[in-house]
Amino acid sequence: MTTEAAESVEAAGVAPAADPGFLQRYGASIEYILIPGAALVGALAVFGGFIALYGKNPLDLYFYMYYGAFGTWFSWQNTLTRAAPLILTALCTALPAQLGMVIIGGEGALLIGALSATSAALALQGAAPIVVQIAMVIAGMIGGGLWITLSGGLRQYRGVNETISSLLLVYIALAILNHLVEGPMRDPASLNKPSTREIGAANMIGSIPGTDVHWGLVFGLVAAVAAYILIYHTTFGFAARVAGGNIRAAKIVGLSVGKLILTVCFLAGSSAGLAGMIEVAAVQGRTNANLAAGYGFTGILVAFLARQNPLAIIPVAILLGGISASGGLLQRRLGLPDASVLVLQGIIFVFVLASDALYGRIGFLKGRS
Amino acid sequence: MADASLGLWTVPLAVFGGAIRVSTPFLFVSLGECITERSGRINLGLEGTLVMGAMSAYGISYLSDSPWLGVLAAGITGALFGALHAGICSLPRVNDIAVGIALMLLGTGLAFFLGKPLIEPTAARLPAIDFGWWNDIPQLRAALRINVLFLIGVAIAPLLYWAFRTTRWGLLIRTAGESADAARAMGHSVLLIRLRATMVGGFLAGIGGSFLSLFYPGSWNEGLSSGQGITAVALVIFARWDPMLCLWASLAFGGAAALGPALQSVGITSGYHLFNAAPYILTLAIMIITCSPKRTLTGAPAELSITR
Repeated sequence: MTTEAAESVEAAGVAPAADPGFLQRYGASIEYILIPGAALVGALAVFGGFIALYGKNPLDLYFYMYYGAFGTWFSWQNTLTRAAPLILTALCTALPAQLGMVIIGGEGALLIGALSATSAALALQGAAPIVVQIAMVIAGMIGGGLWITLSGGLRQYRGVNETISSLLLVYIALAILNHLVEGPMRDPASLNKPSTREIGAANMIGSIPGTDVHWGLVFGLVAAVAAYILIYHTTFGFAARVAGGNIRAAKIVGLSVGKLILTVCFLAGSSAGLAGMIEVAAVQGRTNANLAAGYGFTGILVAFLARQNPLAIIPVAILLGGISASGGLLQRRLGLPDASVLVLQGIIFVFVLASDALYGRIGFLKGRS
Repeated sequence: MADASLGLWTVPLAVFGGAIRVSTPFLFVSLGECITERSGRINLGLEGTLVMGAMSAYGISYLSDSPWLGVLAAGITGALFGALHAGICSLPRVNDIAVGIALMLLGTGLAFFLGKPLIEPTAARLPAIDFGWWNDIPQLRAALRINVLFLIGVAIAPLLYWAFRTTRWGLLIRTAGESADAARAMGHSVLLIRLRATMVGGFLAGIGGSFLSLFYPGSWNEGLSSGQGITAVALVIFARWDPMLCLWASLAFGGAAALGPALQSVGITSGYHLFNAAPYILTLAIMIITCSPKRTLTGAPAELSITR
C-alpha cells in the first residue's frame, strides 16, 4: 500500500532532476518530504475506504476536509488557531527525541502549564495586563518544564522509562487539575462546569490584528524557530545530538549527559506549558477540564510526522490543525462521529511509522552517496 | 440493616471487593503484555486494544444477546490489533514503542467512532457467581459477587508461569526474548514467534476490555478506560516479567483504584480525584523504587527495547 502510494506520488509530482549532482546533494531531503507525503496519501486513501464502508462517499469526505481546513479564510483561521498549541506540544516530543528519548506526556505539561499560568494571573489581579501576561508566560513555562523534567530526572537518576512515566504523569496532572478546579480553586459561580475564576478580559492576549487568529500562533512559530537554531546551530544542540546518537561517546568526550537530559526536558515541558498558557489566555480565559482536549497527544503525531525536526513541525502542525478543524464540518455535513478525526490521526500515525522502512530504498534516489 | 454497624469497616471491605473487581482488566492486560514482552517486544498499544475490546464486546453482546460471544469478539479484536502491531514492527527500522503509541491513538479513536451508537442501548452483561451466600451483610455479599473472568485470569497466571518454565512453547518465547540470534540459530523465525506472542497478548488484553464494558463498570462510554492499559504495561516491569507477580500486583492496583470510590461511599469526598489517581501514583512510586540506572532489571528479557 505505502509503496504503491509512494510510486504514484513520484509519478505525479516530483520529476527526477536531470543533473545527477542534484540528487546526490538533495536526495536525503527529497526522501524526507516524499516518504512522509506518501504515507499521508496512503493514510487518506485507507481512511477514505473506511468511510466508504461506513456508507459515505470518500470524495465528499476529501472535499469537506479540504474545505473545512483550507477552503475559506474562516477555515484557515480556525486551522491556524489549532496549529498554535500543536506546534508547542510537538516540540515537547521532538526536543527530547534529539537525545533519543520518547516523551509522550505533553498533555500533562500543557495542563500543569495552564494551571500555573492561571494561578499567576489570579494572584496578580489588578496589575497592569502586560505584567500579568508576562507572569503567565513565565509561570506556564516553569510549571510545564518542571513536569517533564520530572520524567527526565527519573530516567537519568532512577532508570525509570520516560515514555511510561511521562504518560502516567498525564493522568496525575489531570487528577490534580480536576481536584483544584472542583475544590480549592473553584469559582463558586461555575455550576455545571467546575472552573477556576476568570483571568479577566484585559489580561487575554488577543488576536493578531486583522484576523481571528490569536497571538499564540506567533509564540509557536518563534518557539519552533528557536528550537531549530538551538538544535542545529549551537554547541548545546550539537552536544545533545551527540548524546542522542551515542551516549558512551558523549560521556567519553566529557559531556555531562545528566545536565543535557534535564535541560532538554525542561525546555520541552516549558513549550507544552506555554501551549497551556495560550489556551487559557487566548481561548478559555480560565482553567477547566476543557483544556484536556488532546492537543498533547496530537502533538506526538506531529513530531513523528515531522521526523522530530522543529522547522518541519510548523507545516505539519498546520496540516493536522486543518484536519481537526475540518472535524466539525464532517460531523455536520456527512454525519460522521467526532471521533473520525482521531481515527484518521491514528491511521496517519501507523502509516508514517511503517514508512520508516522505506528510507534508502526508493529506486531513483538509490544512486546517491 | 448492617449499614450503620459496619461504619468505617466499609472502606477496607470496598477496597477488598474493588481489588477483585477492578483488578481484572489489569490482570488480563498485564498477563498479555507479559507474554509479548517475554518474546522481546513491547506493545504500548494495549491501552487502545483494551478500549477496542470493551467496545466490540459490548457491541457483539448487544447484537447477539450473548455476553460470552462478546468476550470472544473482544479477544479476536485484540488479537487482530496485536497482529497489526507485530506486522508493522517486523518491517526494518521500525520502533516498537512508537508503533505502540500509534495503536493507542488508533484503537481509542476507532472504538469511539464505531462505539458511538452503543452509548445508549443496554447489552447483556456477564453473570457473577455469588460466593457470599453464607452471610447477611450486604456489603460483604456485594464484595463477594465475583465474575468468572476474574477466576479465569487467576487460573491463567500459574498456568503461564508453568508454561514459561517447562513447555517447548514457553522456551521458544523466552529464547526469542533473550537472544534473537540464538532463536535464529535454532532455526526458528523470531518474527513469527513475536507475531504469535503479540497476538496472544492482544487477545488477553481484549478480554480485559470486555470485562470493563460487560461487568464493571458494565456499560460502554468514552471515559471507560483512563490509562488502565498503560498502567498494566508498567505493572509488568514492576512484576519482573513474572506472571505470578503480575497477579499479586494487579490485585494491589485494583485495591488502590477502588480507594477513591470506597472513601466516597462513606462520605469522604474531598480529594476524590486525587484518590482516583492512586494507581498511577502507585505505579510511578513503584517504578522509582524498583528501577535503577546502574543495572538492567533482573528478569528483564535482554532483547526488550525498553530496558536497553
